[in-house]
Amino acid sequence: MRAPDGKVRPLYNALDQWLANVSHSQLTQKAREAELLFRRVGITFNVYGEDAGAERLIPFDVIPRILAASEWQRLSDGAIQRVRALNMFLHDLYHGQEIIKAGVVPSSILTNNGYRPEMQGVDVPGNIYAHIAGIDIVRTGENQFYVLEDNLRTPSGVSYMLEDRKMMMRLFPDLFRRYSVAPVEHYPQVLLNNLRAVAQPGVQDPTVVLMTPGAYNSAYFEHAFLAQQMGIELVEGQDLFVRDNAVFMRTTEGPKRVDVIYRRIDDDFIDPLAFRADSMLGVPGLVSVYRNGGVTLANAIGTGVADDKATYTYVPEMVRFYLGEEPILSNVPTYKLELEDDCKYVLEHLAELVVKEVQGSGGYGMLVGPSSTKEQIEDFRKRIKANPGNYIAQPTLALSTCPTLVEQGIAPRHVDLRPFVLSGKTVTLVPGALCRVALSDGSLVVNSSQGGGTKDTWVLNEFQYGMQSESQEQSTC
Amino acid sequence: MLSRTADHLYWMARYIERAENMARVLDVTYRMSLVPHAAHSEEDLWMLPVRIVDDVEGFERDYGAYNATNVMRYMALDERNASSIFESLASARENARSVRVAMSSEMWESVNSLWLELQQRVRNGLNEGDYSEFCEWVKSRSHLFRGVTVGTMLRDDGYMFVRLGTFIERADNTARLLDAKYQQLYGPKSGGDEESDSSGDYYEWSSLLRSVSAMEAYQKVFRDTIDAGKVAELLILRDDMPRSLHTCLDEITPILEKICADRGMECMRQAGELHAKLHFGRMNVIADTGLHEFLQDFILLNNNLGVEIQKTFLNAPIR
Repeated sequence: MRAPDGKVRPLYNALDQWLANVSHSQLTQKAREAELLFRRVGITFNVYGEDAGAERLIPFDVIPRILAASEWQRLSDGAIQRVRALNMFLHDLYHGQEIIKAGVVPSSILTNNGYRPEMQGVDVPGNIYAHIAGIDIVRTGENQFYVLEDNLRTPSGVSYMLEDRKMMMRLFPDLFRRYSVAPVEHYPQVLLNNLRAVAQPGVQDPTVVLMTPGAYNSAYFEHAFLAQQMGIELVEGQDLFVRDNAVFMRTTEGPKRVDVIYRRIDDDFIDPLAFRADSMLGVPGLVSVYRNGGVTLANAIGTGVADDKATYTYVPEMVRFYLGEEPILSNVPTYKLELEDDCKYVLEHLAELVVKEVQGSGGYGMLVGPSSTKEQIEDFRKRIKANPGNYIAQPTLALSTCPTLVEQGIAPRHVDLRPFVLSGKTVTLVPGALCRVALSDGSLVVNSSQGGGTKDTWVLNEFQYGMQSESQEQSTC
Repeated sequence: MLSRTADHLYWMARYIERAENMARVLDVTYRMSLVPHAAHSEEDLWMLPVRIVDDVEGFERDYGAYNATNVMRYMALDERNASSIFESLASARENARSVRVAMSSEMWESVNSLWLELQQRVRNGLNEGDYSEFCEWVKSRSHLFRGVTVGTMLRDDGYMFVRLGTFIERADNTARLLDAKYQQLYGPKSGGDEESDSSGDYYEWSSLLRSVSAMEAYQKVFRDTIDAGKVAELLILRDDMPRSLHTCLDEITPILEKICADRGMECMRQAGELHAKLHFGRMNVIADTGLHEFLQDFILLNNNLGVEIQKTFLNAPIR
């Protein structure tokens, strides 16, 4: 909200005035109202590990994060550029592997766990692999944005972008009069159009379904929400079966052919015949139909190789290699612990760095040096030494903060941003994002599984930013 | 629609209906226990709800004595008792949660807030002063859910499976309630034509009528003193009494016709046969066979129909 000199950024002026005029108790009251509404609607997520099976609310913060249209434009262009390159990379990797031949990416990438040899030589409609990509972005200065990671498997969180907006409009209609906020509500329509567009050639009026691991999955609410918004069936593995090189769902009127599966279940569990044999969640034979072009999966199988934290370091090179453009968004400098020099440096500077598991996600298995105890650091040192290739390290970034309602009043808390890039006939984003906020003072971990909260993200649609025409263009794709 | 979705909707509706009927039985039993009469002991009185759900063994093992506190605790909030209101509503909500996409958001909110409030009530505990209020609450939440369903749900296959679940369950519950009451009063040999002129019987039968919201209906229809045979007629054969067996089958048969289309299915035949028994049945014939036998037969056939529906639509085989 504030520039480095401490002044309120012009973008936040109206909000700043508004905040000055509402009391803490009014805001707390609104926050309580929001919590009640969220609980009644059942916008919950399930927590793994301790307290398993319990349903929890992700804390919602009533103060929005605001981005100027010009800032958004840059983020949006950068994210689209990145996803285009990543899709080209996946196609290349599973076909001619030119990028390896050119020496831009080492051939060791083929030993990565996310690489699926089953996909080698398989053609997917439109050569699109990551139909839905969540790009995690942080800000460290006025014009300094970094991509933290690309989520290309089954990124989640978009329901919070939509529900947080709905909640804000309900709680603070007056704020929406004061600001002209770019709308995000058409996201499900854009997604559905894209999914229909990636059916196999020749399919008329494709049947699209959303496949969920089931009601106990942490993101089940989102699966149900999106299926409802798009008006498509929410299926589990047990609802689908394979016959004659096609996928069918069991209905009360008999079997019905399925053309496109928006799957929110990991590769490993999707087909017990192809991957994990003990998976009860998948559909036996699905992958074989998929490889023969009998059904489209979104996202494709094998995208994990491109959002792996070790592959991440090559993304700027991919942008240059495939698009011949300079990357608009920067990577965070990253140390690969498989390299001897990097590893040595990291082990000497553990207290200053953030160390992550290459395959980890959800904020599990990471070390935030500056906020860790000596024991935690020493424990991690042992783990790194045992298997250096499993880790990367990054400098601790001075993440931007955003005013947030906490018990004592309004205080700055660290935030990140996850816009969702949709690829179908075109590559687009709706002007909004999941904004995650670390609720404890000084914390840099925003993951909801680690107690982070969410905020609504506003892209200001003011005339001087020329946002109006942009959002219209995006909604007609 | 997806067979699994239809299955969840059907069972969600059944469990809510089941909870409502149990609340009706408990409420009336509790009210009965406040009226002093010598006809039967507290034990007889409180055994009825447990007998309706065929769970005498389970109750006696866990609680022993039949009295208001024990039976209310067992049938209302006991999580170990699969037939308790708590467990019924938990199952309803679990089913709803799996298919919230298939219903209107108002329906989901109605089931979900019902569940949240129930948990609050469990935490607060259930004291004697709360029995009636609790049963009223369950009934009114069930009314609300049904109203929201009729008022907001798209008239698609899902709607039909919700309705199907409601009426299969209601038919079963009404038959069980009537049967249990007859047995309690006259023993298993009763025929349905017993003389019932004692004032004790008046309280027995009027309470049964109240439990199915049929007291006023009885008076409107018969304009007569309350008599066991007429009560049975009202709850079995009358097609204008919303909780009667006949009315339930009146609802079930056309729904099955619609979802079976022209596929000539066994469940159509079964429903038709059952419907005919009620549509063309006469009370004196039923009394000759014995009311207990008639009701047991009905419960069995209704259950078979449920099994057939399950087999045909809900657990659809692969090929």
